[in-house]
This record gives sequence, C-alpha cells and structure tokens, in this order.
Amino acid sequence: MTKKTIYLDNGATTMLDPVVVKAMSPYFSNKYGNASSTHHLGQQARMAIDNARHIIAKSIKAKDQEITFTSGGTESNNFAIKGIAFANKNKGNHIITTKIEHDCVLNSCKWLEKQGFKVTYLDVDKEGFVNPKDLKKAITKNTILVSIIHGNNEIGTIQDLATLGKICKKHNVYFHTDACQSYTKTELNAKHADLITLNAHKIHGPKGVGALYIKKGTKITPLAHGGGHEFKQRSGTENVPGIVGFAKAVQLAMNSKHINHVKKLRDKLIKEILKIPDVKLNGPTNNKRLCNNANFSFKYIEGESIGAYLDAQGICSSTGSACSSHTLEPSHVLLAIGLKPEEAHGSLRLTLSRFTTQQEIDKTIEELSKTIKKLRKISPFTKILKRL
Amino acid sequence: MYSKKVIQHFKHPKNIGEIKNPDGLGKVGNPVCGDVMWIYIKVGKNKKGHEIIKNIRFKTVGCVAAIASSSITTELAKGKTLNQAMKLTNNIVAKKLKGLPKEKLHCSNLAADALHNAIEDYKKKNK
Repeated sequence: MTKKTIYLDNGATTMLDPVVVKAMSPYFSNKYGNASSTHHLGQQARMAIDNARHIIAKSIKAKDQEITFTSGGTESNNFAIKGIAFANKNKGNHIITTKIEHDCVLNSCKWLEKQGFKVTYLDVDKEGFVNPKDLKKAITKNTILVSIIHGNNEIGTIQDLATLGKICKKHNVYFHTDACQSYTKTELNAKHADLITLNAHKIHGPKGVGALYIKKGTKITPLAHGGGHEFKQRSGTENVPGIVGFAKAVQLAMNSKHINHVKKLRDKLIKEILKIPDVKLNGPTNNKRLCNNANFSFKYIEGESIGAYLDAQGICSSTGSACSSHTLEPSHVLLAIGLKPEEAHGSLRLTLSRFTTQQEIDKTIEELSKTIKKLRKISPFTKILKRL
Repeated sequence: MYSKKVIQHFKHPKNIGEIKNPDGLGKVGNPVCGDVMWIYIKVGKNKKGHEIIKNIRFKTVGCVAAIASSSITTELAKGKTLNQAMKLTNNIVAKKLKGLPKEKLHCSNLAADALHNAIEDYKKKNK
C-alpha cells in the first residue's frame, strides 16, 4: 500500500495549482497561435502574453517592458550575469557574488572567470547574511555587477536588498538578485535592484518558464539571438501556456494569508523538532527567514538516511549531505555558514507550501522524531557521546 | 536509484547494536566524509575446531548504502570461519546487494573492510 504523500520539498518544486492548470489548458489546445503572427489567433496569444507580463510587472512594481520571459531561473540567472558581463566589459571585468548562491549563479561566474573576468565570492555570517560593509569593501573601479541571492534556497536567509542595492547604486554598479525562492513569499520591489530573476515552478506554476526583470536603461547582451522576441532580449517563440500559467500562479500566490498560514505551520515544526536533543536550526530564526523554510542539522546521523526513512513514510524532504549529491561534496551553503562537514551531512531541509496542512506537519514531527531515534540507535557516535 | 535489496536491508537492518566485551572491533570511515562503520565480533569454534564468527553486530553512521552494506555484511559473515570471512570483499557485498550506485562504491561500501579490521583486531589480541 502506498502511503499518502506529504510533500515538504517545495524549495525544489511545487505542485501545480489546479487553477493554474485550468488557465493554461486552452493554450495547449485551441489557442495555439504564435504571438508574432498578425492574424487573430496570433493576436490572441499576444494579448495573453501582454496580460501576463502586466500582472508580473505589477507584482514587483515594475513597468511591463522591464519583464523578459525566459525558460526559468537558471536561464534568467545566466542571462543576467553573462549578459551584463559581456555588455559592460569595456567598463570593467570584476563581478561580486556570494558563497551561498545557487549553482547556476556560481557556475556562470566560474565560466566567466575562464573568459578573463575576475570574481569575488563574499563570505556570509552564521545565519547566511552578507555584511554590507564587505560588499562596499569589495567594490573596485573595475566592478560591473553584483549578484546576491534574495531568499536562500537551502537555509531561507532573506538578504536586505534595499541596503545592498543602495551600495551598488552609489558606486554605479549593476545589482542583480536571484529571487526564485522569495518571490511572492516576502516583499520584492523592483526599485531595489537592476535585475531580478523570477520563476514559476516554485510558486505552484509550471516548470520551464521564468522571467528576468531588467530595469529600463540597463546595458545587457542577449544570450539567444533570433527573431527579436521579448524586446530583442530573448529570441524564440514564446511559451504561451507557460507564461499564462506563470501569471496565474503569481495572482494566486500574492496573498498575505498564505504567508501567515505557512509561517504558522513552519514555526510549529521548528519548535517541535528543536525539542529533539542535539539538533540545531540552520539559518536565521526571525522574520528574515523565508516563511516556508526549515533546515536542521541532526548530530551523529546522516541526511540521506533520514530522508529515505521519511520517504518510506510518504514524506518528501531534501538534504545538504554529501551522500545525496552527485559530487559527494556537502552543501556549499551549509559550509559557508560555518557548519563542519559532519554537521552538513546530518542536515535536512523541509520546505512547506500553502497546501501544507496542520495534520501533515503533525505527522512529519512524529515520523521525523522516530527516524532520528532509529538512526541514532545505529550510530556509533551516539555511544561516544554518552561516555563523555 | 537503489536496488530493492538495498532498501530492504536499509529499512530492516540486521544485527544492529554492539557486543559488550567483543573479541574484535573493526572501525572504518571518517566523519568528515559522512560514513563511519564499527563492526563487533565474538569468535567461537565449529565442530571441526575452526574459529568462526559466532556473533556479529554493527553500528554505522551514513547513507542508505552504508547502512545496507553494513547489515548484509554481518548477515554474510555470521557463522563463517575467520578465513572465509576474510575472503568477503566490498565487491562481493555490492553484488549481494544487487548493485550500488557507482558513486557509492568507494565511499559507503566499507563494511567488509570493517569486518577484516575486526578479525585482525581479534588476531592481534590473541597472538
């Protein structure tokens, strides 16, 4: 018998809201026009895209023309970083980012290093925050771009975009932020950054669609050349159903009721799990944490095993343990906030959504407590501890 | 990603725990890498007078593969002569588990090494 699924991996992706599916559905069937066509079917698609663009622009207080649709977060981050780097290389070759970025930002930066750019990777404090003073110090006359993740995908740290953005503005440096995890979960205002990465599948929208906010006047080179779609920023026939679904997902998500609901459940989860001995919360504890994120380190045991036992009970989670990564390296984010490798191995991330229920959280608390006990019973380190 | 056999041993590991005053204790792994295994043995004799592994238990911290390979190793070694047990390799363990993911072969599949260490520990003590 398969157990009922309790999905607590919403940081990885989310369930498609049935209302979103319904909104997308006609664009998979009878409304199949190409938005570049001048006939009525094409114009129907054009209107749908324009309408979606307006909804998304409004959600971050941007102008419609400042929203470029892409295939998702990875493309938006690649576009922002490489696009700014190549368009502004006559101005300088220095980029600043942090040690807690998503791989698509880090690997874009590493690739640019091979092309002759210089990259500074800023440290963060124990809770994952960038120190504005460090940013100020790192900026040189060659700096052209600063890219800092808004809400961290692993530990939920929400950076102070207003303060960091102000520093960049003062030094006349472009400021990009990856807001894939934070979008609709905390306030996000276009005035704080020059470029903002957004995506749909973390907010109950479809996979394969995202956007990059590009402030008017920003000098950026497109990655995809072709028919000049998306204000000549990103060529390729638009993913109309995806874009329509994205906008519908935004409309549904922009509601503070959801944030309060998720936060209440998340806080209960954290409170109860911290009652287990030798466990700590990774990331900040207050309002500067994404409302749906909890990340724990359990001593003496390993995260993949915790996840596998939870999975056997129908509960989906994720871990920063090396054992579950392709590279067999523990999470770079957990190491950056000062965790020892063995603490990173024992980490577990639980990410909630507006569809998460009280019953699901209660069941998770119960099963997770049992799992920790079971694994610690097998662990040789638990014994060492008792001896001390 | 894991075989049914691996999941079976992971969910219901055999011979977990420790042996008080073991005849041999073998330790492998490194907490920094994530996997550590301790294997405890009690040695007895069979009818022919050969030394055998009379009892065996393990304690492991690590991933699914680490726990499953520890469990099956104790199962395979129990009742075997020390010579037979020394011939049990990590490769055989992986085969008995119906395979392990490639990246797990080197980091998590160490239980046979822990077993050999336990036997050597016993031999050293009884020279």
